[in-house]
Amino acid sequence: MLRLPPFDFRNARSAAEAVDLWGESEGRAMFVAGGTDLIPNMKRRQFEPPVLVGIRRLEGGRDLQTDDGLELGAGVTLRQLAAAPNVRESYPGLAEAAGQVANLQIQRVGTIGGNLCVDTRCNYYNQTYEWRRSVGFCMKKDGDICLVAPGSSKCWAISSSDSAPILMALGATVDVLGTDGPRTISLGDMYQDDGIEYLTLKPGELMTAVRVPAPGNGQRSTYVKVRRRGSFDFPILGVGASLRIEDGRVRDARLVLGAVHTHPLAVTGVSELMEGETPTLELCEAAAELAYKRATPLDNADLVYYWRKQVTRVHVRRALARLCGLEVAPGGVR
Amino acid sequence: MKERIQLTVNGEVHDIVVDGNKTLMEVLREDLRLTGTKHGCELGECGTCTVLLDGEPVLSCLLLALDAEDSKIGTVEGLAAGSAPHELQIAFGELGASQCGYCSPGMLVSAAALLRDNPAPKREEIRDYLAGNLCRCTGYLKILEAIELAADRVSERRAAGETSPEHRIPARPAAEHGPDLEPIEGKRGSA
Amino acid sequence: MSDRHKLNVIGTPAAKVDGLTKSTGQEIYADDIDLPKMLFGKMLGAIVPHARIVSIDTSKAAALPGVKAIITGDDMPRKYGILPVSEDEYPLETDRVRFVGDPVAAVAAVDEATAEEAVRLIEVEYEELPTAFDIDEGLAPVAEEARIHDYGPRDNVHKLVNLHFGDVEGAIERADTVHEGVYFYSGNNHLAMEEHSAVAQYGADGRLTVWSSTQTPHYVHKAMAKVLDMPASRIRIVATPNGGGFGGKSDPFPHEFCAAKLSMESGRPVKITLTREEVFYMHRGRHPVLMWLRTGHDDQGHITALDFKSFVDGGSYGSYGVASTYYTGALQTVTYKIPNYRFRGVRVFTNKPACGPKRGHGTPQPRYALEIHLDKVAEKLGLDPVRMRRSMLVDEYTMTANHMRVTSCGLDECLAKIAEAADFERVRGTLPYGKGIGVAVGSYLSGAGLPIYWNKMPHTSVDLKVDRGGGVCAKCMEIDIGQGSNSVLAMTVAEVLGLTPDDVQLVVSDTDTTPIDLGSYSSRVTFMMGNAAKEAAEKIRDMLVAAVAEKLGLNATELVLRHRRVEHHGTGEGMRFAEAVPIAEAMFGQLSSTGSYTPPRLAGPYKGSGVGPSPAYSYSAAAVLVDVDPETGIVTPERVWMAHDVGRAVNPMLVEGQVEGSVYMALGEILMEEQVFRNGLHKIPSMLEYKSPTFLEMPPVETFIVESIDGEGPFGAKEVGQGPLLPMPPAVANAVYDAVGVRIDELPITPEKVMAALADKEKGGPGRFGPGGVPEVDFGEVLAVDPVWYDQPPEDWIPTVRRGEES
Ligand SMILES: Cc1cc2nc3c(=O)[nH]c(=O)nc-3n(C[C@H](O)[C@H](O)[C@H](O)COP(=O)(O)OP(=O)(O)OC[C@H]3O[C@@H](n4cnc5c(N)ncnc54)[C@H](O)[C@@H]3O)c2cc1C
Ligand code: FES
Ligand code: FES
Repeated sequence: MLRLPPFDFRNARSAAEAVDLWGESEGRAMFVAGGTDLIPNMKRRQFEPPVLVGIRRLEGGRDLQTDDGLELGAGVTLRQLAAAPNVRESYPGLAEAAGQVANLQIQRVGTIGGNLCVDTRCNYYNQTYEWRRSVGFCMKKDGDICLVAPGSSKCWAISSSDSAPILMALGATVDVLGTDGPRTISLGDMYQDDGIEYLTLKPGELMTAVRVPAPGNGQRSTYVKVRRRGSFDFPILGVGASLRIEDGRVRDARLVLGAVHTHPLAVTGVSELMEGETPTLELCEAAAELAYKRATPLDNADLVYYWRKQVTRVHVRRALARLCGLEVAPGGVR
Repeated sequence: MKERIQLTVNGEVHDIVVDGNKTLMEVLREDLRLTGTKHGCELGECGTCTVLLDGEPVLSCLLLALDAEDSKIGTVEGLAAGSAPHELQIAFGELGASQCGYCSPGMLVSAAALLRDNPAPKREEIRDYLAGNLCRCTGYLKILEAIELAADRVSERRAAGETSPEHRIPARPAAEHGPDLEPIEGKRGSA
Repeated sequence: MSDRHKLNVIGTPAAKVDGLTKSTGQEIYADDIDLPKMLFGKMLGAIVPHARIVSIDTSKAAALPGVKAIITGDDMPRKYGILPVSEDEYPLETDRVRFVGDPVAAVAAVDEATAEEAVRLIEVEYEELPTAFDIDEGLAPVAEEARIHDYGPRDNVHKLVNLHFGDVEGAIERADTVHEGVYFYSGNNHLAMEEHSAVAQYGADGRLTVWSSTQTPHYVHKAMAKVLDMPASRIRIVATPNGGGFGGKSDPFPHEFCAAKLSMESGRPVKITLTREEVFYMHRGRHPVLMWLRTGHDDQGHITALDFKSFVDGGSYGSYGVASTYYTGALQTVTYKIPNYRFRGVRVFTNKPACGPKRGHGTPQPRYALEIHLDKVAEKLGLDPVRMRRSMLVDEYTMTANHMRVTSCGLDECLAKIAEAADFERVRGTLPYGKGIGVAVGSYLSGAGLPIYWNKMPHTSVDLKVDRGGGVCAKCMEIDIGQGSNSVLAMTVAEVLGLTPDDVQLVVSDTDTTPIDLGSYSSRVTFMMGNAAKEAAEKIRDMLVAAVAEKLGLNATELVLRHRRVEHHGTGEGMRFAEAVPIAEAMFGQLSSTGSYTPPRLAGPYKGSGVGPSPAYSYSAAAVLVDVDPETGIVTPERVWMAHDVGRAVNPMLVEGQVEGSVYMALGEILMEEQVFRNGLHKIPSMLEYKSPTFLEMPPVETFIVESIDGEGPFGAKEVGQGPLLPMPPAVANAVYDAVGVRIDELPITPEKVMAALADKEKGGPGRFGPGGVPEVDFGEVLAVDPVWYDQPPEDWIPTVRRGEES
């Protein structure tokens, strides 16, 4: 049976206490929220922190407010999000994304904070110590080259969060608390193009809340997830899309892709392309073409990467068409 | 490092000293000898180790035992009321929903939580609810039938004014979670 | 049938006798065992695919506090292997490792974490050797020192088969049309939910007991005695209820020997439970097989000759491989009349986990090739695929060209049933683009006609003992792996003795206390154990009847056992079973009996004819409706119709369960499951990345039970556990073709393959994804055998009991 390495477990009751406990560990502790990402990683020895600071029970950590925009404690569970009537009503894409993470058991424990910070994935990396030893380790853990792209100086592990693309498309910001105090950053700024240091959070910085602006007039959002099975699987493509239809015209279209890069990929140019246009299938197709060009899946996840790139076009077109209220012919043309 | 913890399992309080890095699944099986809870991967990838945490099905292989201290834990051993098996257990036995039986404990606790919240689930709802539990033997169909049968029997009995034996499926804590079962658009994977 | 012979238990859907034990969590599986002072064992696997072991240094591990015993290959230097012709494994390799994960050392420690830490401290120095990772590489010439094994005809070739029945060339030349095709069936894992586990206890009395999740306690017993160099009489193997088997627990495994040896070294019980990753390495799953076939047909589509080649990727050890190789050529002939048949096969060793038997053992691969091939032929000839198949089915009670004896056969009824239920003829061709329907058939053994090692002893025996209080205890070494064999045993005894299944106590799967059963493999248990149980019960019945007849002055021939009574079939005069028992015991002494079953002599007159013969074959036919998204290539099965000729449904509920489980497992194989390797290292040894279907991927299945009442099966029963898997993969492939017009001749049908084939079609190509050809191989000397043909039974025709003629 796979087991955890030894560690000390400290449960924090408030965000400030969590940050303090982290400080006491001389920077070697890790936060654990639901643990549904960290625990398997620790069993495989991706991480062996001497101290775990439990943040599942932080005061206010599970608050979910929808008075003015959406304000989520970082400890809100994915199931809470998927089931909350207000979220489903006003931010359907977010409810869809949360409701498609892993499976129900994991959604009940996994948090939105943990989901946004979820480790990047690669099938050379998400393996046990012995397995990694037999391929000679990769730069993300214990080694010094990237086994997917051996010439590369950076790690190509894939950003695999389901909630990040849609929250970025919805213009979310996050509140973080560190030893230097609190700050608020846009969610997009929390990620960077590096499979190892994929977050811009400083060591010991704790995400405390996620905020999403109130939906604008006629705003719609959706999240499309591609994976082999209807349950368990991480995304091999995530499409987070949001736009408004006002007076028959597209406004504020935002498209963010997941699982095709080291960070959630905001597809630039889509807003400009669609802004003020009448929604048509051709328009969606053109936006999909932009997405297709930007997606750079590599050979380190399920199914072959050229297929994953190929279907980006299809799923983006379908997602946008659905948001625009257009009929998508089932099965395409013969 | 050894830690002293208090775990409430199937209504019984256990004061035990365990390795602090053990998951709930390990403590249940090894320290409390409640071997009804099984494991098939230890990484959250099969659902076999599902238990109820405050009435909610979760994976015991991903949960630290230390983190379960303040919660009520329910396992397959707690479904029966004394020597009277739960309707679901009877139906699983009766319809062959347990072939090798290895996935059954996890399936059963999930199904028990489902029936508590939704006494007459539709087939689609059962599928969605149990999609985090793998079974390699049955092809799932007999499991669906068994849950439907158990649900029918419970409602028949209720309709006839009979009370069913007091089974210990912990109630969920108030209000924190919404209903699990409303269908969500695009819930099924695209692939 | 007169009321007198009415079956009261057999044929009635009933709960499994152990159903509640399982659903209440009370079943004790191997890993649930906890013995006083028990240690935990862990094995160290190789991290290179092929290497000489230069040195192993265990000193650091030995120094770790909590470590109680360490063993390496030198501690058990005796080879074993499930087949006597390929005993090529050590529990821990001594001089060479052959795949990543091949165990080289093992540790027992006070807890699993310590054992794990200790194995990490063991230092192994390897000198790497040239590798072979696939069929082509396995066929390539290699230097003597680089061969994976030092036996086999040449290089890394493990086994060659070259069998010729009749005149294939001539028949092909005379045929109206000739068709050729190449197919690939990829390898996949059983993925039983329970990870393999064994607990061993070497007692102060010098006796060894091993509790193990194994499908074959008898073979583990034999191998254990050999490897430990201990008299078998001092070893007891107890097979614990398997948390799923599917063939994956049919070999003796390193962890079983290591637990035993570590217990002997430490004097304490030792448990070894594999991790999921280790299960993928121990494997013994489905062989990847590349296949070529050519058929000649007359203008009605009837097959006049079949020429078949299979190229079998065996992985690193022999395992069941020789049998698997023969199986890829054995059962093509038991469904359709094939007057001329040639089978050429080769199995190669490669530096990957060894392959072995998985549900259908060696037969789903050729079935897949043949059934897609026939679909193509039917299309070319403009024939309806169901009608064409139905026009050339084998007749009941005949012989095939390769000397397989066919008894009962309900295949025509199976095809008729699914064609009607799916409204096949009408639906096909009228579905919109993206929707398709396909059919295929299959057949499987009801137990191998020959044992794994040559002997003339029974394949199974059942002991019955009747208690003075009227309790009946049935003992048999059979092991319930979920298929319901415990229920079959109880039901059979209950039927004959007029009891209910829960009146029968079972003692099973223990080499010390139960009589032989060879194990839960090749779908043998219902047929063989069922016959033995019936015989044993009939002996008890006869004693009870004689005693009651004498006591009450009735005619023994008019007494029946039913409703827990021994009574006159007409008047009901008689007494309760429990009252009859002491009377009979006073007359005959302790009421005990033994029944055994040995299959009739079935092997044909040629070397290799031991694989394929079975006392009876099951038959199945499937229709599948699929949806294919032409923009993404994603295939979704929407409905399945499956008819299975089970001979007689002992317990229709269990039959349905086996059919549904087979359909499920087949869908996994055809759509997603695949053992993928990169330089010999398993790419995805986890349940998350090795994809298996969830609730959401399982379509509704309509099952039709066809009962051909076999003349030799117990109450006419045949098999159901494996057969219904066979028609599914080709039926799905045929449905995909019907949906979008592309042929995917390679498993699994992943979306990218569909897209590649669609793109090919768009460009004017054939719209096919699959292997391009097969390697040139010298299959060695031809073994030419005169075919037997159904209308010319050979002189030594084996007498067979036909349906309705049973006693
Ligand atoms: C079988 C399986 C399937 C899965 N499938 C999916 C999937 O489909 N999609 C998906 O997105 N995820 C998936 N996951 C990953 C994971 O379950 C989810 O992402 C989950 O939301 C993580 O939340 P958590 O609270 O459990 O995170 P944890 O495991 O507690 O934490 C994850 C990481 O985030 C850090 N962290 C957590 N909270 C904070 C915070 N507030 N501030 C700063 N850092 C923090 C932790 O230190 C850790 O490094 C899967 C996991 C498993 C085991
Ligand atoms: S053991 Fe597989 S999910 Fe927990
Ligand atoms: S019954 Fe065997 S895994 Fe479900």
